Amino acid sequence: MIEAKDVHFCYANKVEALKGVSLTVKDGEFLAIMGQNGAGKSTFVKHFNGLLKPSSGTVLVDGVETTKTSVAALARNVGFVFQNPDHQLFSETVEDEIAFGLKNFGFQPDAVEKRVTWALELLSLSQYRKTSPFLLSGGERKRVALASVLAWDPKMLILDEPTIGQDHEQKEKLNQFILQLQEQGKTVVIVTHDVEFVAECNPRVVLMKEGKIIAEGVGKEILTNPQALAESSIVLPQIAQVFTKLSSLGFPKNVIDIYEAEKIILNAKESKQLP
Amino acid sequence: MAIIETKNLTYTYPAAAKPSILDVSIKVEKGEFVLITGPSGCGKTTLCRCFNGLIPHFYQGDLKGEITVAGEDVLKRHTYEMARHVGLVFQNPENQLFALSVEKDVAFGLENFGVPREEIRKEVDWALNQTGIYDLRERSPHEISGGQQQRVAIAAVLAMEPEIIVLDEPTSFLDPLSAQKIFDVIYDLNRKQGITVILVEHRLDLTAKYTNHLVVMDEGKVRFEGNPREILSTEETRLMGVGIPKATLLYLMLKRDGFGVGGNTPLSSEELADQLLEAFGAK
Repeated sequence: MIEAKDVHFCYANKVEALKGVSLTVKDGEFLAIMGQNGAGKSTFVKHFNGLLKPSSGTVLVDGVETTKTSVAALARNVGFVFQNPDHQLFSETVEDEIAFGLKNFGFQPDAVEKRVTWALELLSLSQYRKTSPFLLSGGERKRVALASVLAWDPKMLILDEPTIGQDHEQKEKLNQFILQLQEQGKTVVIVTHDVEFVAECNPRVVLMKEGKIIAEGVGKEILTNPQALAESSIVLPQIAQVFTKLSSLGFPKNVIDIYEAEKIILNAKESKQLP
Repeated sequence: MAIIETKNLTYTYPAAAKPSILDVSIKVEKGEFVLITGPSGCGKTTLCRCFNGLIPHFYQGDLKGEITVAGEDVLKRHTYEMARHVGLVFQNPENQLFALSVEKDVAFGLENFGVPREEIRKEVDWALNQTGIYDLRERSPHEISGGQQQRVAIAAVLAMEPEIIVLDEPTSFLDPLSAQKIFDVIYDLNRKQGITVILVEHRLDLTAKYTNHLVVMDEGKVRFEGNPREILSTEETRLMGVGIPKATLLYLMLKRDGFGVGGNTPLSSEELADQLLEAFGAK
């Protein structure tokens, strides 16, 4: 469990990036943190594994204050995948990259081998096992970064903009994969701008603006709230945009799921009367 | 005459086992807004690097076939010569920013071309304003966020006013509203000044509405090319894993299940909403 209480954070240049953020992420929860560029999302989640320490306020990870432990100790339980994969990749082959964390955590060679193979398959990277990460495409490098963290199987996973540069199929896989992690009781926190992705996987949503949380709730509620979204520089998902326009005919506004959307429209058509 | 034309273009990076693009033949007319999409690793970025000669002049490797851009044979021209015609915005902004301030980065290309100081001032201010980063002009490009860096990279290219702008996932780090504003600026330049735009994107939800020429690539080859409304309507495109915009998909699902909404296949939520309002007799 992650408990942030009235977290303030100032960078060295005196910019106050977080202005009193309180949030509890329960074990096994799937949470999306959304908001405009510079809202403090990445700064906030970097507190979850102790990469940053609050200027004031506290962050507890499983009851332990992050100022009283090390990033290395926290990393075993809290895996962090950066926004820009080039900030975390450095090995000569994809395989070495994924094995690096495992070796550091003291896994035995055969366990390292097994886990590397597992992570490569999971993220469709097996064919690149011996390739340099720097010869891969942007989207593929992003998956290598993800694989290298998943391999040590942390209890909580923080993904900063996991869908950037990913094609549709990879996004669907990521969605499936997050569902699997949920079934295993893992906590997943994503930082994202990708409204369509969030609409599809429907996590709890937190909206941030200028270092504060301005709204939180279930996806369907937050993603169909035009005022809160506009404040966070997020646009409505396409299905919600369509239903906002159709609401003049009596259609509900809070629809984000395409299958639900189709059902509502077909019902209205068949019954020859508007909802 | 086409502003960009490739004939059987095939390219293999140095020491790579197989080509990254294979037999690519495309034709782009002046003033088109071309959208290139396809699964990650399909060769989109590699193709973009050919348009301004980074391939083969910088990346070396093995290039076969023909490529003509703005009347120049790319194989025979230096990258700095091609830069007069083609502005390229890279996928990762860190790869193209280097100056000590945002303003200097945006001015760099114009200074290289020997543009008079007054004019540089004007162009740079205009580009900074268009991309919403005027207030950042004195900051170092390496101290600002990824999204802000992307704006700087776009401003640097806009300032040059090239005939062709090539953008490789230019707004991936930007929030949706900021991304939309940038795309609107680029669309405006395309409409009003006839600048040819080549945009590489996965997020068709945000961008399909701008294009009149769609290219779908897979495994280094061009699989579909032409009218976006037709290409996005086919089952093959969906099965290839192209992210069909949700509004387009909903229209196609309704049609499959017996509700022909009428009109062309929509590319945006606005289009679909209008078509539905009409179908329900509200317009």
